[in-house]
Amino acid sequence: MSDLAIQHAIAELVPRGARVLDLGCGDGAMLDYLQRTRGCTGYGVEIDDANVLACIRRGVDVIQLNLDEGLAVFEDASFDVVLQIDTLQHLRNAEVMLRETARVGRLGIVAFPNFAHWLNRWSILMGRMPVTKRLPYQWYDTPNIRVGTHADLAALAARNGLRVLDSFGLQEGRTVRFAPNLLAGTSVYKLAR
Amino acid sequence: MALIAVAQSMQFAQPLPLQSGAVLRDYALAYETYGTLNADKSNAVLVCHALNASHHVAGVYAGRSKSEGWWDNMIGPGKALDTDRFFVIGVNNLGSCFGSTGPMHTNPATDRVYGADFPVVTVEDWVNAQARLLDALGIQVLAAVMGGSLGGMQALSWALQYPERMLHAVVIASAPNLTAENIAFNEVARRAIVTDPDFFGGNFYEHGVVPKRGLRIARMIGHITYLSDDVMNEKFGRQLRPAAQALAKAAQAIASDGADGGDSSDAVVAAAQYLYSTQEVEFQIESYLRYQGDKFAEYFDANTYLLITRALDYFDPARAFGGDLSLALRRAACKFLLVSFTTDWRFSPKRSRELVKALLDNQRHVSYAEIDAPHGHDAFLLDDARYMGVVRAYFDNVAGSLA
Repeated sequence: MSDLAIQHAIAELVPRGARVLDLGCGDGAMLDYLQRTRGCTGYGVEIDDANVLACIRRGVDVIQLNLDEGLAVFEDASFDVVLQIDTLQHLRNAEVMLRETARVGRLGIVAFPNFAHWLNRWSILMGRMPVTKRLPYQWYDTPNIRVGTHADLAALAARNGLRVLDSFGLQEGRTVRFAPNLLAGTSVYKLAR
Repeated sequence: MALIAVAQSMQFAQPLPLQSGAVLRDYALAYETYGTLNADKSNAVLVCHALNASHHVAGVYAGRSKSEGWWDNMIGPGKALDTDRFFVIGVNNLGSCFGSTGPMHTNPATDRVYGADFPVVTVEDWVNAQARLLDALGIQVLAAVMGGSLGGMQALSWALQYPERMLHAVVIASAPNLTAENIAFNEVARRAIVTDPDFFGGNFYEHGVVPKRGLRIARMIGHITYLSDDVMNEKFGRQLRPAAQALAKAAQAIASDGADGGDSSDAVVAAAQYLYSTQEVEFQIESYLRYQGDKFAEYFDANTYLLITRALDYFDPARAFGGDLSLALRRAACKFLLVSFTTDWRFSPKRSRELVKALLDNQRHVSYAEIDAPHGHDAFLLDDARYMGVVRAYFDNVAGSLA
């Protein structure tokens, strides 16, 4: 989770006092923010050693797990909210994790860089892979193993029988409800089973 | 400036009822403390030891070189568990052979050495004994209980037996119980000891002998389980014992002098390296294991080995809850830090994840680090920046919460 504006916009979606599971929680900043400002509790899941250490330093409870191995340690509907913020693009099996998110949480919130944003489209039209604020990596040197679009996630959710409670875009910290697939650098979904 | 450790002992007149129904009378506990207990007695951390360690956790004994405590890399001034901030207590467990009452001491009921009559003690019994020591030291609530392996089991048991007396549990390279394979290894070690003719049914003291053969083999088996396959291969591989290597080198020199070259001289060298003996030490790993076994048999007590491995076997907090670990851990109230090591096959990460899951099921505060270290179970005693960093960060927060 890089951008503070995105973090705060997504935090607004989390009910006060919610039990939260943050998949791919990074350095724990989001959970820390939710705990401090919205009275939430919960855990982060991280694979990276440095991030696990950062979470422990912050006093954020973190479980070191490889998400590609599944969420077997978490029971069905054991969290109010499961966050998957900028995680999906790192996962080998994003579909399984989407289902798992909906299984473990009563509410799933998924956010990721929208590849169909017009800036990216323009770059592709010019024949080059985009390098933007939201996708800051060169194509040959990136931690992302996939890209997807706002529209793609709607199709994947439908395919897995998940209900889309809400979906919109985020651009420059503002909510984008008109043509988010074209106009937003970040895609956000609220999902439930 | 090195931390100077001073071994202490406390005598207990009040009998200790044990889980087996037996009672231990007039027993002593050996212990050491490091750092200073603060005014409100809130900065105490109990460190529990594993199979072959003791109350000598950190520091050195004055005037004795190479007398570092077994977790000296973890605990001391400025270390991950910082004795400038915490009052750290190491206790030797009952049945051990390093100072606390054990099978080599006199049974007050018979005025004879306990030997085989020393009562079977469990992790729960040890925890009860430790709690009494803390009572005597005037410590009502511990900032943390910490341990690795069997020590981690004690930290976990503390959280279940005295949930109101501790704020944090640090459980490293541990497990909620032993697997059949774990018990099997323990049983082989015990049979090695018990079938040693010098064991005399556990009463070898009065015969003036020590069942060293059994102890050596027990230690060799144990040692294999502490290491990973990779580390063993890296350290020893198929290297031949030093003497054989020297011989081989000489043979090589001879072969190259001959300058005949070709396959035949290689064959001669290879042939020279093996002793073709079934009983001599041939490979370096054999030499290493024998050395470890010999060293161990010099200082460890055979009855203690049986008692401690049995305590490991019996530990199973879920047993009283129909095997449901989540139900068993419901009593725990403290916050947890769990650490496991990827190459530990004795207490594998899978076992720590079972604990994590049970704590998650109970919505307890828990952090879990799975350290990708090559050293197997032994990793919990070794320096690893990620491991030490996590423990240090955790205790930093514990210290912060006390202030």
